[in-house]
Amino acid sequence: MNKSIIKKSFQRFLPWFIPCIFLICWQIVSSLGIISERILPAPTEIIQAAIQLISNGELYEHMSISLVRAFIGFVIGGVIGFVLGLLNGVFRFSELLFDTSVQMLRNIPHLALIPLVILWFGIGETSKIFLVALGVLFPVYINTYHGIKSVDKGLIEMGKSYGLKGYKLFFHVILPGALSSILVGIRFSLGVMWLTLIVAETISAQSGIGYMAMNAREFMQMDIIVLSILIYALFGKLSDVIARYFEGRLLKWNA
Amino acid sequence: MENRNGINIQINKLEKVYDNRNVLNGLDVEIKKGEFVSVVGKSGCGKSTLLRLVAGLEDAEGGSIILDGEKLEGLNKKARIMFQDGRLLPWKRIIDNVCIGLSTEKRNKALEALAQVGLEERKDDYPSKLSGGQKQRVALARALVHNPDLLLLDEPLGALDALTRLEMQELIESLWRQKKFTAVLVTHDAEEAVAISDRVLLIDQGKISLDQTISLPRPRKRTNPAFALYVDDILSQIMNRNEDKEYPVLLPELSLSLLDSVNN
Ligand SMILES: Nc1ncnc2c1ncn2[C@@H]1O[C@H](COP(=O)(O)OP(=O)(O)OP(=O)(O)O)[C@@H](O)[C@H]1O
Ligand SMILES: [Mg+2]
Repeated sequence: MNKSIIKKSFQRFLPWFIPCIFLICWQIVSSLGIISERILPAPTEIIQAAIQLISNGELYEHMSISLVRAFIGFVIGGVIGFVLGLLNGVFRFSELLFDTSVQMLRNIPHLALIPLVILWFGIGETSKIFLVALGVLFPVYINTYHGIKSVDKGLIEMGKSYGLKGYKLFFHVILPGALSSILVGIRFSLGVMWLTLIVAETISAQSGIGYMAMNAREFMQMDIIVLSILIYALFGKLSDVIARYFEGRLLKWNA
Repeated sequence: MENRNGINIQINKLEKVYDNRNVLNGLDVEIKKGEFVSVVGKSGCGKSTLLRLVAGLEDAEGGSIILDGEKLEGLNKKARIMFQDGRLLPWKRIIDNVCIGLSTEKRNKALEALAQVGLEERKDDYPSKLSGGQKQRVALARALVHNPDLLLLDEPLGALDALTRLEMQELIESLWRQKKFTAVLVTHDAEEAVAISDRVLLIDQGKISLDQTISLPRPRKRTNPAFALYVDDILSQIMNRNEDKEYPVLLPELSLSLLDSVNN
């Protein structure tokens, strides 16, 4: 029994082993001056920069504006993609009407639209939210649509023969059957969301983490640039953890 | 007779065409109220098709299915079907699977049905936690909770091991005797058909080519010589062999004799 506890804590620690070693080496190499701080500042300096930005409230401001953009864009794109995927998955008419068009739009890399979007909406909030929503829409759409299309026909037939139809058939059989695929789409789109936001904020913004990094570049503040990158990594990891948590809850029958 | 349950099925000139192929080709049969009928035949001969037509899951190209004097249109509401692969919803707990299509106030009925198949203590598990035989018992409970007049069974025991099969056969038989519904069982196992049913139907070329009443007393003993005769007879009919004993009737012996003729 004691052994299994040791084994468990070992398994907990193992994923963090390489990051820790990496950090320690980084710190040593920087302190010894092997890497100049103009190329890569030491972890301690980055922590100092973080403390300073936290205490003057700048970090909070940039972080919250980035989070708000990400969230609003994600909700708009996600809802549109989800509803469109549902409609096209369930109704033949809507599938015939929309699917081809959506598939054509999907093949345009949404980041290629940045110049166009800036001309349309300027560099205000609308353009960034638009880009995020566009990026999120397609993975959610595709996975919802395919999820519904690939629900086991046998289960649908069973549901019908047991008297389920209409919304009951949808909520008891079709939607749960498509759920794991939908969640895959959501997780994938979270990655797209951050990527889009980083690019958009770096190119055209006056606030947000991406802006903070670009602004720091002008003043050669290496520590802030690296800090921004780390924050993005943290956000990415965090959204993945949240998505996994919901996946675990919603798909617990799958275990 | 107080046969509140059960239903009379009259099938006339039933035709079903898939891709220009007549799977059922003017099939005629009558199944009486409360009867237990097995349907056997070669793979692909249309057994499942017949069952799906009787369940109203598909429309026939021709002919009619009359249930207690009324022509079947659309879904057969008096029938419940049990599939070979169980088809439990993996995202619903056992009890909720049994409750599918059941109004909420009848939830205690679902518990009763689970108890009848001996699985009430597993009611809060997900199907993935059950064995194959247990899943089929849940599927049986789900079908029976509606008190159907007609129970359609499409090779429900095909995937089970021999011992579990026997147990399930006994369970199905005892529930049938208790509830007196009409039962149609599709099976590829002639022994199972003889053990459990009043009549065995053989489908060949889209028609009933054999309609054999099994007049053995219940409970049936497999060791009974008459039992073995029925099984042999049905098997040889399935294999399209005649009654003249040019070949031994049992399959293994047939293959042996074939082997001999090759060797000589
Ligand atoms: N949806 C379908 N579309 C086209 N052909 C079909 C369809 N369903 C069944 N068939 C064909 O109809 C024939 C009869 O099928 P059915 O499933 O009734 O056979 P079966 O007697 O149940 O066979 P098995 O013992 O293997 O289950 C087969 O040749 C099959 O290919
Ligand atoms: Mg079949």
